[in-house]
Amino acid sequence: MLRDITLGQYYQTESVIHRLDPRVKLGGTLCYIISLFFFRNFLGYGIAALFLAAVIGLSHVPFKFIVKGMKAIVFLLLITVTFNLFLTPGEALFTVWKLTVTVEGLRTAVNMAVRLSLLIIGSSLMTLTTTPNNLTDGMESMMKPLKAFRVPVHEVAMIMSIALRFIPILLEETDKIMKAQIARGADFETGNIVKRAKALVPILVPLFISAFRRANDLAMAMEARCYRGGEGRTKMKPLVYERRDRLGYLCLLAYLAVSIGIGRLRF
Amino acid sequence: MGIIQTKDLVYEYIRRDEDGNVEGFTTAVDKVNLDIRPGEFIAILGHNGSGKSTLAKHINAILNPTEGTVWVDGMDTARQEHVWDIRQRAGMVFQNPDNQIIGQVVEEDVGFGPENMGVPTKEIWERVEESLKAVGMYEYRKHSPNKLSGGQKQRVSIAGVLAMHPKCIVLDEPTAMLDPKGRREVVRAVRALNDVEGITVVLITHYMEEIIHADRVFVMDNGKIAMEGAPREIFSQVERLKSLRLDVPQVTLLAYELRKRGIRLPEGILTVEELADALAGSI
Amino acid sequence: MPIILDHVNYIYGEGGPLAVKALDDVCLQIPDGQFVGIIGHTGSGKSTLVQHMNGLLKATSGHIYFNGEDIYDRDFRMKKLRSKVGLVFQYPEHQLFEIDVFSDVCFGPKNLGLDRKEAELKAFDALRKVGLPTELYYQSPFELSGGQKRRVAIAGVLAMEPEVLILDEPTAGLDPKGREEILHQIKELQQKTNMTILLVSHSMEDVAEYVDRIIVMNQGKVMYDDVPKAVFSHYKELEEVGLSAPQVTYILHALKERGLRVDVSATTIDEAVGTILKTLGRT
Repeated sequence: MLRDITLGQYYQTESVIHRLDPRVKLGGTLCYIISLFFFRNFLGYGIAALFLAAVIGLSHVPFKFIVKGMKAIVFLLLITVTFNLFLTPGEALFTVWKLTVTVEGLRTAVNMAVRLSLLIIGSSLMTLTTTPNNLTDGMESMMKPLKAFRVPVHEVAMIMSIALRFIPILLEETDKIMKAQIARGADFETGNIVKRAKALVPILVPLFISAFRRANDLAMAMEARCYRGGEGRTKMKPLVYERRDRLGYLCLLAYLAVSIGIGRLRF
Repeated sequence: MGIIQTKDLVYEYIRRDEDGNVEGFTTAVDKVNLDIRPGEFIAILGHNGSGKSTLAKHINAILNPTEGTVWVDGMDTARQEHVWDIRQRAGMVFQNPDNQIIGQVVEEDVGFGPENMGVPTKEIWERVEESLKAVGMYEYRKHSPNKLSGGQKQRVSIAGVLAMHPKCIVLDEPTAMLDPKGRREVVRAVRALNDVEGITVVLITHYMEEIIHADRVFVMDNGKIAMEGAPREIFSQVERLKSLRLDVPQVTLLAYELRKRGIRLPEGILTVEELADALAGSI
Repeated sequence: MPIILDHVNYIYGEGGPLAVKALDDVCLQIPDGQFVGIIGHTGSGKSTLVQHMNGLLKATSGHIYFNGEDIYDRDFRMKKLRSKVGLVFQYPEHQLFEIDVFSDVCFGPKNLGLDRKEAELKAFDALRKVGLPTELYYQSPFELSGGQKRRVAIAGVLAMEPEVLILDEPTAGLDPKGREEILHQIKELQQKTNMTILLVSHSMEDVAEYVDRIIVMNQGKVMYDDVPKAVFSHYKELEEVGLSAPQVTYILHALKERGLRVDVSATTIDEAVGTILKTLGRT
């Protein structure tokens, strides 16, 4: 059942956002994150939140699912807020025991909390609506200009997509080897750190051997199917901008203009 | 001229000890001469370590001969400039279904070969569709390969080769890791390629029941061709096969045992029907 | 009566959206010294079943008793069970990791807390039982042939001196002679030491040849549990679940269809030879 694990927790459904070109989503997410750092007032965050809410609505991903992803970072959020709240010098608002909350502290804390939440929801929405494959394609295409600087863009993308295919297989294999060694009396649960680290050898050695064997086989299979790097390759699913993608870019531009325009105002 | 030809093919590799010093040479393929005609169904049998896989890898230019020559469709595999043409014309399917599927979706994997060859996008889709239909996997085109059975994965691999429009397919023990159902699926798909599409097939295996429909069978031992002939001729030599660490299907073995005990039966019986007819007729 | 399964159920991913009932109300008794074959298509639950017998998987509900003790009791020592019920996985050579064969086989007995000398004695004994030539004992396990690696891996489990030995497709990927050698060795082991053996297999011919009793699994349930002759008399039902009978069964049925008055119960070559000779009046 380990093979069912999907990386980046893609949420399978039909929506405009799912069908958008990955480059629009990648670029959009990047711009969105940057925009969050431009705001000087809370109106900007309000617009950012509204925009995000609209995209979530369009994506058909249940809000419950998105909130679930937030749970992991609640702790991080709390720490940031606490630190900012108590440790920012400035005009005292009130004092609890020895800790003083300042006006500036309160402002920074809320600022940080809102910014971080929006940032995380925004980027997780991208992975929720884009298959890992699509994402790799998008990255490859967007990083193309880097080829001029001898960055092996195609190779990096190929490595990523092969890794995505083999991670579940290797996870399953790890599970199998572990069971086989437990059946031979191996113990992975008791003892101190050194003993436990030693106990991993009977799993890691076979796992590495198997990974190398697979890599070898795969390289041979790829060569047998005429793979010779990115040169002269065509694409079965080339990325082509459609009307909705252009519309996507327009919405993004409109959002950036409005949110930053208003968000930069000082009251 | 045949589609695949070898002349005095020898392949040696160097054995080294733990420090990397040369211990000696092992001759994996020893003076093999083959001449395979277009459209033939060839089976190569042999126990593990008999050199059959090494031989197969020469047909796809994955290995180059130490001595002798291999021609695929008239091209010498040792000439670097022919390598990609050879690999397109003689596709190869390997043993482990997990280690040869590259795509994360069935259709993308089948498209991998044509992509590498620079086939235009529209044509890739056509090729993918026809290849998947040829092996009966079209309805699974959107599936993740990880969720398919072994037999289905191997059929996807065959489709991946088919999409490159090869003249010949070499299958290196494609059924060794499958269950009986998966084996039947793959063998059926391979036979269809040969019968319907007219593709030359070289099937390497040690399952005897898979070679009954071959036009010619080669049995390898110690890097050499030890036996050659039609399935019936090969199967009639039960003792010889056993001495080569091979086996015959139960029906052939049963006929052989009955003949030994004086029942008059023709040699090299291959199917249940044949044996039953012969026995029923002998009364 | 070493192993009793009492209404065992196992659900994969319980509570989740993809929950699958992998074992469905399984009740079995495995007496001492029996040679049991377990057959079923891929995904029928046979691997899940054997992993319950040495505690690698825990039943969702139901009880398993080993030598009269409930293995799910709080004070039952699982580690002891794992040494008494040895499990050899499919492709067990993939678990080898030590620098030489001998150390690898010592891994099991050492885990049981035996001192070096005792562990080595057991390893030596186990390697002798699987018939590995002594000159290979201090070689790296990775330099051996496929069949030899398989033997080393089996020895690794035998060295723990289990009372019950479970083998999950021990012949997968081997050539015919290699398959025969391994099965022969297992049979000998069972006869000499009276060890209980459970053999998971895809080959009906092998199962018919070697085992005393066959358990047929289908969709997590025990479909048949009987002596080979009785199980294979249901060959039509077996086909419906993706299995089959040995080829000789089909031959005898084909003879019957052709009007010969033949006893169709034989499942091995030797038996079939006898039956046919008798029918033809040659005895």
